[in-house]
Amino acid sequence: MTPLQQISRPAQPFALRRVADRMLSRLKTTGIISALVLVVFAFFAVANSRFTNSNNLINILNQSSYLMIVSLGQGLVLISGGFDLAVAALLGLTSVVSATLMIALAANGVDLPLAIAISVACGLSVGLILGMVNGVAVAYLNVPSFIVTLGIAGIAAGAGYQISGGAPVTGLPENFIAVFGTPDLRSISTSVYIAVLFAVALHLTMTRTRAGRYIYAVGGNPVAARLSGINVRRHIVFVFMTSGMLASLAGILLSARVSTGDTNLGGNFVLQSITAGVLGGISLRGGEGTLFGAALGALFIAVLSNGMNLENISSYYQMIILGGLLVLAVLAEQLRLLISGRR
Amino acid sequence: MAGGLQHSAPIPDPGLGAILEAFGIEKSFPGVRVLDGVSLDVRAGEVHVLFGENGAGKSTLVNVILGNYAPEGGTVRFDGKVLPSGSPRAARDAGISVVFQELSLIPTLSACANIFLGREKRRSALLDEGAMSREAAAMFARLGIALDPQAPVAGLSRAEQQMVEIAKALQNDPRLLILDEPTTAFTDVETQRLFSIVAELKRLGVGIIYITHRMAEIQAIGDRISILRDGRRIATKLVSETDEDELIQLMTGRETLNVYPTIAFKPADEAIALDGASAASGRFQNVSISVRAGEIVGIAGLVGCGKSAVGRSLFGEERLAAGQVKLFGKTLRSPSPQSMLEAGVVYLPPDRRRQGLVLNRSVRENATLSCLNLRSFAFGQWLRKKSEDDAVQRVLNRLNLTPPLLDRNVSAYSGGNQQKVVFARAFLRETKVLIVDEPTVGVDVGARLEFYGILKQLCEAGAAILLISSDLPEILHLTHRTYVLAFGRQTAEFQREEISEAAILSSFFAAGPKEGGIKTGAAA
Repeated sequence: MTPLQQISRPAQPFALRRVADRMLSRLKTTGIISALVLVVFAFFAVANSRFTNSNNLINILNQSSYLMIVSLGQGLVLISGGFDLAVAALLGLTSVVSATLMIALAANGVDLPLAIAISVACGLSVGLILGMVNGVAVAYLNVPSFIVTLGIAGIAAGAGYQISGGAPVTGLPENFIAVFGTPDLRSISTSVYIAVLFAVALHLTMTRTRAGRYIYAVGGNPVAARLSGINVRRHIVFVFMTSGMLASLAGILLSARVSTGDTNLGGNFVLQSITAGVLGGISLRGGEGTLFGAALGALFIAVLSNGMNLENISSYYQMIILGGLLVLAVLAEQLRLLISGRR
Repeated sequence: MAGGLQHSAPIPDPGLGAILEAFGIEKSFPGVRVLDGVSLDVRAGEVHVLFGENGAGKSTLVNVILGNYAPEGGTVRFDGKVLPSGSPRAARDAGISVVFQELSLIPTLSACANIFLGREKRRSALLDEGAMSREAAAMFARLGIALDPQAPVAGLSRAEQQMVEIAKALQNDPRLLILDEPTTAFTDVETQRLFSIVAELKRLGVGIIYITHRMAEIQAIGDRISILRDGRRIATKLVSETDEDELIQLMTGRETLNVYPTIAFKPADEAIALDGASAASGRFQNVSISVRAGEIVGIAGLVGCGKSAVGRSLFGEERLAAGQVKLFGKTLRSPSPQSMLEAGVVYLPPDRRRQGLVLNRSVRENATLSCLNLRSFAFGQWLRKKSEDDAVQRVLNRLNLTPPLLDRNVSAYSGGNQQKVVFARAFLRETKVLIVDEPTVGVDVGARLEFYGILKQLCEAGAAILLISSDLPEILHLTHRTYVLAFGRQTAEFQREEISEAAILSSFFAAGPKEGGIKTGAAA
């Protein structure tokens, strides 16, 4: 009954134009951020000889990996048309929960690998559960994601301070630090491999699977998505849970790197991850951009802050610059929309 | 100024001076040239009808005159003076008022507050509620409606809201009044009242641009008529010197339009039905319709009569307060778009931009959005891009998407081409029941032909088709049976041999909201 069978194969007079069109759209999505990374890299390489030192390059990779992991989740939420303002707080709460639990279990004579496994699992479920709360509130109760995640961020931060008593949790087992962090600061840390793994896996999810297509559609036009038979709510819950889980994963890895459980470990990650996504070409209106771009955006921010550190620019100025970058990136997007006449 | 309709200025000689002159207006949106050098003049004291197909450029022209759009070329003169382009403020100050088809009232405010919005009367620093209320009441009396000026707009009927909208436009003491299909929500009585107001405005020397698709209205109040087609003004005629046939020919550019195939009628078992259903939103009450396999059933009715809501409810997108949806004889407990699609029901929504397409995604992704759960497009979660590409390419070549670039965003295409992408969904999956709502609005003849061809093919292969349309010829030529809805109620059902334009039109108004009775055709 499908009418398709009766349609003959078409001629392809537009083949060349089609290839050009595809290349153009690729260039538009990740071209700008790739260029930005290269420009900033080249600039600091020329400006400061210590920048291209192999230790420093490894350092940049290590530093960027945590933001990259968080930005992948943030990017997913942004593409689906929402915001996740809870990533930094979830990261911090996870850090405190897993560190406290690990120390307590180890102190009570639980086998060390088992203690580590239990606390890592509990840490990840912090993000999964609170991410699910975010997603359910957005998808089923129609609360704006902006508000839900802001509230959850407050709750998570408060819980983190309560558990840790406001002080950093120290005394993490050496094994944990060795496996999830680095044996020493000169080698590539586990977080880099994990970031790359998730970047590849999630990029494939977004470009090659139905779920990816559907998330783009949900972000671009939820009504059309629902009328196309897509379970919009399930996909929204999925992106918030993924974002929460990735924030928690970054929290565990970062705790291992600094050998501490700390509520404040997430620092500036909300601003940074949204900036990474927008710089990477993700539209704040949803439905546009790639996770590959978001990962590059995170790398860009890491290169920039590393370079600025080497130039002894104070972290306060760095925050100003980063905030300015976010505003500029959004302005650039508006300008692009204005030019292409979509507003 | 006591009342909106009393003009202190001397009345210009009616029928002579042009109050508005638009000259050589050009306006494009990305990928579409909407107005291609359109000129139009409106004289003081005349009703100038704008006539044309959907997408001919009528509303764009109106928006240029109102200053909502800045045209790329051309000028708008009002009273001989050039209006600054793209300035709604200047247009309003010059005395141009508009009543749009879509209401622009703020529902939580009172009728009075809406009428005076932005032009509130003040006594020193405070609002002069008393004066505004009195003026609004005087205006309502003039319009012949009994309305409390302090009543919130949300509680008014659609027709009453439209009257408030008209009162708001008149309060401005307009010198040029633009009415964009103002009567869609009106019964005959209200329409007559509007016509007498229009006659009064004409005597006062107000120029009126009147947009309508209804022949009867054109004959009743039009002085001159301009026909727009594809962004050009094709002709301007005296209404008294033209007739319906000529107007339709000018509008479509074709002598006779024979794009309608003859579709064999071999009805089998009932496929989908709505049984004594009322929408939770109140958009329709007590509607019972059924579509059998192998037949095309139409739903006709005016804008806002509830026919779109009926289509949505059959697809599980509109909640029912009473009654039920039946599919292949089974009553569905909680139908949803997802479950309906899985059962072989395909729905093509009327508003492609809001409901049909994800505008910032590619043609390919939009074409297959509702089909990705098919084995041919995805292996579990994993997409089969090659076969997806081939299928989409074939279908869109057949529909003649121009240019056929699958990676391009649908937003870069014109409305007609976008609708082709929506059509593609009916081609790409097995369709046992097809529900289409206003499928051919703004679509060119070629794609129409292909689409009607697919309706024929699907129907003759045994699919059940429900065609919801405001396009009467479509209903007249394609359907085997047609229901008519008016004011959310089912007012008639016509069998094939009974379907005629006159019969359908008469039942559009057959049962007003207050009468409520259901008239049915002989065989209902």
